[in-house]
Amino acid sequence: MAPPLIEAADLVKLYRMGDETVRALDSVSFAIPRGDYCAIVGPSGSGKSTLMNILGGLDTPTGGRIVIDGADIGALDDAGLAQFRNRTIGFVFQSFNLLARQTALENVELPMIYAGVTPKERRERAAQMLTRVGLGERMSHRPTQLSGGQQQRVAIARALSGRPALLLADEPTGALDSQTGKDIMALFAELNREGVTIVIVTHDHEVAAAAKRTIEMRDGRIVSDTQNTRARHDAHV
Amino acid sequence: MMRTSDLVASAGRALRANPLRSALTALGVIIGVASVVAMVALGSGAQAQVERSIASLGSNLLIVVPGAQRGGGGVRGAAGAAGNWDSLTLDDAAAIAEIERVTVVAPSQRARAQLVANGLNWNTQVEGVTPAYLEARDWRIEQGRMFDETEERQARRVVVLGATVARELFPNVNPIGESVRVNGGVFEVIGVLASKGQSGFGMDQDDVTLAPLTTVKRRISGRSRRADTVSQISVKTASEDDLGVVQEQVETLLRQRHRTRPGEDDFTVQNLSSITQTAAQTTQVFTYLLGGISAVSLLVGGIGIMNIMLVSVTERTREIGLRKALGARQSDILHQFGLEAVALSVAGGVVGLALGVLGAWLMTSLFSLPLVIAPQNALLAIAFSGLVGVLFGAYPAWRAARLDPIEALRRE
Ligand SMILES: Nc1ncnc2c1ncn2[C@@H]1O[C@H](COP(=O)(O)OP(=O)(O)OP(=O)(O)O)[C@@H](O)[C@H]1O
Ligand SMILES: [Mg+2]
Repeated sequence: MAPPLIEAADLVKLYRMGDETVRALDSVSFAIPRGDYCAIVGPSGSGKSTLMNILGGLDTPTGGRIVIDGADIGALDDAGLAQFRNRTIGFVFQSFNLLARQTALENVELPMIYAGVTPKERRERAAQMLTRVGLGERMSHRPTQLSGGQQQRVAIARALSGRPALLLADEPTGALDSQTGKDIMALFAELNREGVTIVIVTHDHEVAAAAKRTIEMRDGRIVSDTQNTRARHDAHV
Repeated sequence: MMRTSDLVASAGRALRANPLRSALTALGVIIGVASVVAMVALGSGAQAQVERSIASLGSNLLIVVPGAQRGGGGVRGAAGAAGNWDSLTLDDAAAIAEIERVTVVAPSQRARAQLVANGLNWNTQVEGVTPAYLEARDWRIEQGRMFDETEERQARRVVVLGATVARELFPNVNPIGESVRVNGGVFEVIGVLASKGQSGFGMDQDDVTLAPLTTVKRRISGRSRRADTVSQISVKTASEDDLGVVQEQVETLLRQRHRTRPGEDDFTVQNLSSITQTAAQTTQVFTYLLGGISAVSLLVGGIGIMNIMLVSVTERTREIGLRKALGARQSDILHQFGLEAVALSVAGGVVGLALGVLGAWLMTSLFSLPLVIAPQNALLAIAFSGLVGVLFGAYPAWRAARLDPIEALRRE
């Protein structure tokens, strides 16, 4: 059997606030195989975002060990983490985080700039990605000229433009109305069927139900890890 | 790893995003560089002017005058020493002429005189000289001729007018062949000197009239106690390198002849090249001073850049967080913001250089000074403004690079 894409063992993240220590992650262990589509749910403050930040190489764990696509996150320096974020991870944020002064196409090009891709290839790949998410006609629009759903599609195209091994989304539908949210989830399901591994944080049970697997967290621990029935997953798509 | 062209493009985009702010930020550097360039050019122009006008007195020239030199370089007669102003004689001049490497010796006697011609009056200096005087002082005749040895010996009543005197007394007439009254006696004008302009000390060198030395001694400065004294001996050497040695030899010789000891001299030998050097040094110090004061404004410009860059880093915290999340390394962010600061200050430097040259041109033409702008100084101004950008951009860029991406992304 091929090694899983993500393998986490006894992950601990502590935040020290004066005298108090917050255990944002309390000995978390799990594995996510390639091609998985995993939803992380749990009450506010349960450590979902903390886990996502570590998965994305934005933060390093206080204890334990996590290996993603062969990279030991705890052992990387700044340049190593930057390259990891650039090559292995695609981020989708709740608030889109597009650069307001740049066009959709330029926004999608951004990660490839840090990968050192030539301008010509960058442009082609960005155009491809935008077409893929259904924005082929909107490439030269600026974020302010796009709807929320369209902006999130630009962000998804940006996340995918570097052909990452792992797509991370922290409440990607949180800022969208329910119909637009559904459209975005449909896009995720489609991408997953094409082979992209996805981990998504959500409060929305419908969104979670669309994933293949649900991990539930509470107080920094995983309290349940269930495979969703194939029927429900397919039914939603 | 970011490509350099992308780095430049992103800096350009950031600066163009806020053109007015960028321009105002660069203004500090513009003013700084412009004033440094203008002030240094002005100082260099003044320096060149001083050197040029002192050189106009004559090259390779020693001037021997009566009286001892005291203190900081002024020439004064020894107080109460009677006859001190008469210490130099024609025999001294003849003896100096024997010194090796001396090419021309020209004794002269100065007198104040009232010149009258055409009913016009002019009070001027009459210099009693030998024909060698022109060579000693690198002076040319503009019109007519100089008197010769014979006319000099025979104390002929002829004069050669300085350019100013000729203009004042003969505004509309060719002065050659005209007669002029000098302290009552009638003289014939046989020549007019070429103009030398102002001396380095602001005196009009053309306000002078040359007459044969013998004539001046007998007919103009008649009050002189001894017939063979002179008020000045001009000594020209073969080359500038000889000036020092010849100066010492002249001093030794005159001490022997006057039976004085070092420290009790009744004469002074002035070395014009050393005076030139002193004057040039003075103006150079002045130039550095002006440049230094202006450099302070460049510093203020740098602080302005730092200020705006810090504001910009705060404003763009979220963007920085995003860039990091997408794969920017600390060094990418450092370079991006550093380059913005350097681009601002170098652009300011280029505009400042242009304005500074323009300002220097205006001021030098106002003061009729030569315009001196050394190309290496211009390059230095640009390089220096770049350095200001690096120095004052470093801290804001470092702050940007060190931002924690999670914190930065959370920022509104
Ligand atoms: N930078 C920090 N400093 C101190 N404590 C922190 C920090 N970040 C997170 N925490 C704490 O860690 C715990 C987990 O936070 P986290 O953001 O992961 O929760 P979450 O599950 O994402 O919540 P939400 O659903 O509200 O987004 C919380 O108790 C939070 O207060
Ligand atoms: Mg969260």
